Amino acid sequence: MGCAGFGVAEKEIAMLKRVHFNKTWLPFMLVAPQIAITLIFFIWPATQAVYQSFLIEDAFGLSTEFVWFENFQYLFTDEIYLNSFGRTIFFSAAVAFISMSSALVLAGFADRVIRGATTYRTLLIWPYAIAPVLAGALWVFMFNPTLGILPYFLDFFGYDWNHYLNGGQAMLLVILAAAWKQIAYNFLFYLAAMQSIPRSIIEAGAIDGARPIRRFWTLVFPLISPTTFFLLVINAVYAFFETFGIVHAVTQGGPANATTILVYKVYNDGFVGLDLGGSAAQSVILMIMVIFMTIIQFRFLERKVQY
Amino acid sequence: MVEHRPILNIVTHLVLILGILIVALPIWITFVAATHDEARMLQAPLPLLPGPYFIENFKKTLFGSGLSGTETAPVWRMLMNSLFMAIMIAVGKIAISLLSAFAIVYFKFPFRMGFFWLIFITLMLPVEVRILPTYEVVADLGMLNSYWGLSIPLIASATATFMFRQVFLTIPDEMLESARIDGAKPMRFFFDILLPLSRTNIAALFVILFIYGWNQYLWPLLITTETDMTTIVMSIKQMLEAAEQSPQWNIIMMTALLAMIPPVFVVIGMQKMFVKGLTETDK
Repeated sequence: MGCAGFGVAEKEIAMLKRVHFNKTWLPFMLVAPQIAITLIFFIWPATQAVYQSFLIEDAFGLSTEFVWFENFQYLFTDEIYLNSFGRTIFFSAAVAFISMSSALVLAGFADRVIRGATTYRTLLIWPYAIAPVLAGALWVFMFNPTLGILPYFLDFFGYDWNHYLNGGQAMLLVILAAAWKQIAYNFLFYLAAMQSIPRSIIEAGAIDGARPIRRFWTLVFPLISPTTFFLLVINAVYAFFETFGIVHAVTQGGPANATTILVYKVYNDGFVGLDLGGSAAQSVILMIMVIFMTIIQFRFLERKVQY
Repeated sequence: MVEHRPILNIVTHLVLILGILIVALPIWITFVAATHDEARMLQAPLPLLPGPYFIENFKKTLFGSGLSGTETAPVWRMLMNSLFMAIMIAVGKIAISLLSAFAIVYFKFPFRMGFFWLIFITLMLPVEVRILPTYEVVADLGMLNSYWGLSIPLIASATATFMFRQVFLTIPDEMLESARIDGAKPMRFFFDILLPLSRTNIAALFVILFIYGWNQYLWPLLITTETDMTTIVMSIKQMLEAAEQSPQWNIIMMTALLAMIPPVFVVIGMQKMFVKGLTETDK
């Protein structure tokens, strides 16, 4: 199979214990549960999604017609879909940027702390444990236009907050909630990366007269760039696929589709709008994007895990 | 620390404390909302300091019938559902991944690499990209509104399989050689040697997967229609909808608090295992 495509040596993939068992039926029994679940709940539905993306169902669900790529053609001329696409990319970039840069700053400072470092870490990581939809609920409560605490303070500055009416504010709120939840993850990985830099390198920089900020930009930041790249991919995947709950709780895609990101649109068109072909075609496009991101992740990231 | 810079040290702690305050603000506001009565939660500005109604709200939320005017299951029931789902997902993923990793590392059999790649592909198929057809499969199997339907479709796991495969590959071959000399059959070797040696990895993975399972949202939303099967995480959204008519923010925020306590407790209480699990599975 296409293992070469992942840039991994064949030898390593075929890795098997030198000493091994030679039973004929037992290994099949062992992989059976995983393979059965994979086939029934992953592979079969995915092929169904691909098949359905080539079909158009009439308005009453009585007949279906095989239309090849018509659903896709329609999507790529549909302004609502294209806007949603652009919006998703903007959303992901904003979430990744806000979340990663705040995590980088916090990790940079936490790396300097000797006493109390674990306490800081403990207090910064727990948003990881909070479900996206809950994160959404907390933020929507804080920003409730009539009751929320933050709109109350914003009012003092003459700023009128109502994310139910203002699309830009709705987007900002969804971005903040999504970025807030992801800071913990980024912080942990940045801190781990910084702590693995040998102290001697930093000390050498200090002896050469580089001040802390300069050392950060010329030594630390370049040395942790593999982590930055890894986190970029992970944050993109997160923003694309795992933020459904946030959008569903905070804005339900509104106002006027201002926060309808792709994942929300697949759900909405499929389960609410019952447009099976269109929703399936969107699923297939998302699937291609995940495959692409997974390949990037495995091909260019040379992670600790070697396959 | 490389050099002594008192001002920078103060700045360091200030930035970290500020960061913690910003990160904690939403939780603090939630907690405060859960300690006031309904009337107080309807006047702007909302309080920033806790009130005296925490215990009362706690009892009302946990044992009452949830929000008045909505038909949700009692909150304790939803907590139980979430707990069952999270544990079934975590244990299921670990069990089937251990078995398949064992087969792939320790056995030579036809289609071994084919199976390996099949498992790998699941990485590329998150629920979000196949929601409708997967829903149809579960409906056809009659698994809607059941714990099986909530957990089984989510328990295939490439990352867990890969992690255990890595762990097994680091176990010296001599282990198997000596086990064989002692006459151990494969499953005996698996239970008596491999399982004990992967103990810490199993624990670390359990922490991550428990949180993953507890926080599932889209999947339970699709396949549970009966209020009895609602999970706590799902109920927040239903309550937010109801809040548009009759806002009882004290109850809603208490429910939110109850929904986040178990996973937050797991992260903080098992921090070492959590960090290990997170960095070793990378997802």
